[in-house]
Amino acid sequence: MGKTMAEKIWDDHVVRSHAGEPDLLYIDLHLIHEVTSPQAFDGLRLSGRSVRRPDLTLATEDHNIPTTDLDKPIADIVSRTQVETLRRNAEEFGVRLYPMGNLDQGIVHVVGPQLGLTQPGMTVVCGDSHTSTHGAFGSIAFGIGTSEVEHVLATQSLSQAKPKMMAVEVTGALQPGTTAKDLILALIAQETTGGGQGYIVEYRGEAIEALTMEERMTVCNMSIEWGAKAGLIAPDETTFEFVKGRQHAPTGAEWDAAVQYWKSLVTDDDAHFDKVVTIDASTITPFVTWGTNPGQGVPLSASVPDPATIEDANERVAAERALEYMGLTAGTPMRDIDVDTVFIGSCTNGRISDLRRAAELIEGRKVADNTRILVVPGSVRVRLQAEEEGLDVIFKEAGAEWRGAGCSMCLGMNPDTLVPGERSASTSNRNFEGRQGKGGRTHLVSPDVAVATGVLGHLASPADLPPVPATAGV
Amino acid sequence: MEKITTHSGVAAPLKRSNVDTDQIIPAVYLKRVTRSGFEDGLFAAWRNDPEFVLNQDAYRDATILIAGPDFGTGSSREHAVWALQNYGFKAVISSRFGDIFRGNSGKSGLLAAEVDEKVVQALWDFVEANPGAPVTVDLESRTVSAGEGVDRIEDSFSIDDYTRWRLLEGLDDVAITLSHEDDITAYEAKRPSFKPATI
Repeated sequence: MGKTMAEKIWDDHVVRSHAGEPDLLYIDLHLIHEVTSPQAFDGLRLSGRSVRRPDLTLATEDHNIPTTDLDKPIADIVSRTQVETLRRNAEEFGVRLYPMGNLDQGIVHVVGPQLGLTQPGMTVVCGDSHTSTHGAFGSIAFGIGTSEVEHVLATQSLSQAKPKMMAVEVTGALQPGTTAKDLILALIAQETTGGGQGYIVEYRGEAIEALTMEERMTVCNMSIEWGAKAGLIAPDETTFEFVKGRQHAPTGAEWDAAVQYWKSLVTDDDAHFDKVVTIDASTITPFVTWGTNPGQGVPLSASVPDPATIEDANERVAAERALEYMGLTAGTPMRDIDVDTVFIGSCTNGRISDLRRAAELIEGRKVADNTRILVVPGSVRVRLQAEEEGLDVIFKEAGAEWRGAGCSMCLGMNPDTLVPGERSASTSNRNFEGRQGKGGRTHLVSPDVAVATGVLGHLASPADLPPVPATAGV
Repeated sequence: MEKITTHSGVAAPLKRSNVDTDQIIPAVYLKRVTRSGFEDGLFAAWRNDPEFVLNQDAYRDATILIAGPDFGTGSSREHAVWALQNYGFKAVISSRFGDIFRGNSGKSGLLAAEVDEKVVQALWDFVEANPGAPVTVDLESRTVSAGEGVDRIEDSFSIDDYTRWRLLEGLDDVAITLSHEDDITAYEAKRPSFKPATI
């Protein structure tokens, strides 16, 4: 019997396999940031160990990084200590670090692909659950805890029980006005937050093949939001085209050898998936969340659901709690929900194509009076690229705030947070209670919906926007 | 790591599903660079509520948490495990855990015992009817138990063999792997040369 792509990559990374024990997997790339690494480096120091492969390890600063006053030291002393600790650790253990102020600094999951370090057929780990992003290249990529960070630093390997295999068959084509973000939000709503648990999922089918690399990253990024161990997409010409020529991409004969290997990774026709789920992309419309987990979502055209109609008792209670927290009433049309803050950014939707799309939509329009839009590029290079294209000017002219790169309001470890009761439409990945600030209320949306929402002041899609006034640009 | 064999203690019912790691400890509490001191951030958003289970006298000193399904989903932050341990928890019982949280628990020495949903319900009923009465989690026999006589609850929990063995022996995962260092070196010798390096 044939193998799935994930099985092939897995098998190619087994260092040691022994009955009754998890496989020991070799790790090709270990990404590090300031929040989940200090205790791991401490562990190394305590046991007198070193970093086995600094050349397969890369650190950057992202979670705590302020997005304003970038020329000043970090004002929050605890955040600053954490960042400085990473700098000391990187220096002491010989790990390459892209710190604040460096051209290659940014959200760790934006930086890896941008540098060409993320390639097909790899194992990629990071002490961050959105490491699943890198699966877009046809890699096994997953988030790990700090004990595992220490383990990878010391051994460049990780003990892992082999997950089950799932295929997500995305049939049909996404309709114009519907994005990769809508697709993944709709899928999570269909499968619920625990639906992928225990599986590596392969997203496949016509709609997936049609996605750009950045859109594939948006999809794979949220694999963890339905509980999957990892999510991946078969590498193809789109993938090769994206990787080719980047700083760390192979060249010459090495490139040819790599591509030949990458092509061999595609799932065999007779491979077995333990589970197959299907979603029809052609039926999906702009999708938004109403609750406090990413599975609590509906089409923008729908209304806030009534918990009484939910059969599962746990889900029903969770929905009741979520509505209370979100300050919403069942039956309210989603479009009637007013939004205070729009956040465009994060490892889900903070790439150049996201910003281009957002800029295109906001050009000639204005942010609504009672709403603010924060635009936070995923990396310094994304910011510079956007500025070169004049996107920053478009955002600023519309009344949006143009910021420095980092994780920012996705999780509010830096000063970009919501205040209690403040409602956001966010292109990030989690609408958990308090995620963007204590008491903050988050609706997950695509960049398209984010812009339309920011312009109209309530949840909306670009189709709701009045035409740009004819005087624009004069 | 401390060995775990069996633990008996006060169990607190956390009657919520989908308690993600942002609820267990919000991001703003993740800025410490040590493994200790995270108890202040544990369930931070709920700790001001006098009705919250850990604010009730009977459960304040709980060492076992009985949670609804999908406990520990979301962020990979091991700080969630540390916060529970720093507070004093030795074990968490749920019908389903987030994968990364369960892995982190196994590495850090917090016993994550996965039981059938009806066992969670039975334990909730028991600890609410008998606040402060001990619940036992026995890693050797993989059982959770509580109460006596006709009301006694005893059922099995699942945990993978390897994690169970490591917890019982209190073994350091890195040391185990380094005992196979020859295998790692042999693997490295045959890695394709086109694989990228960061330096």
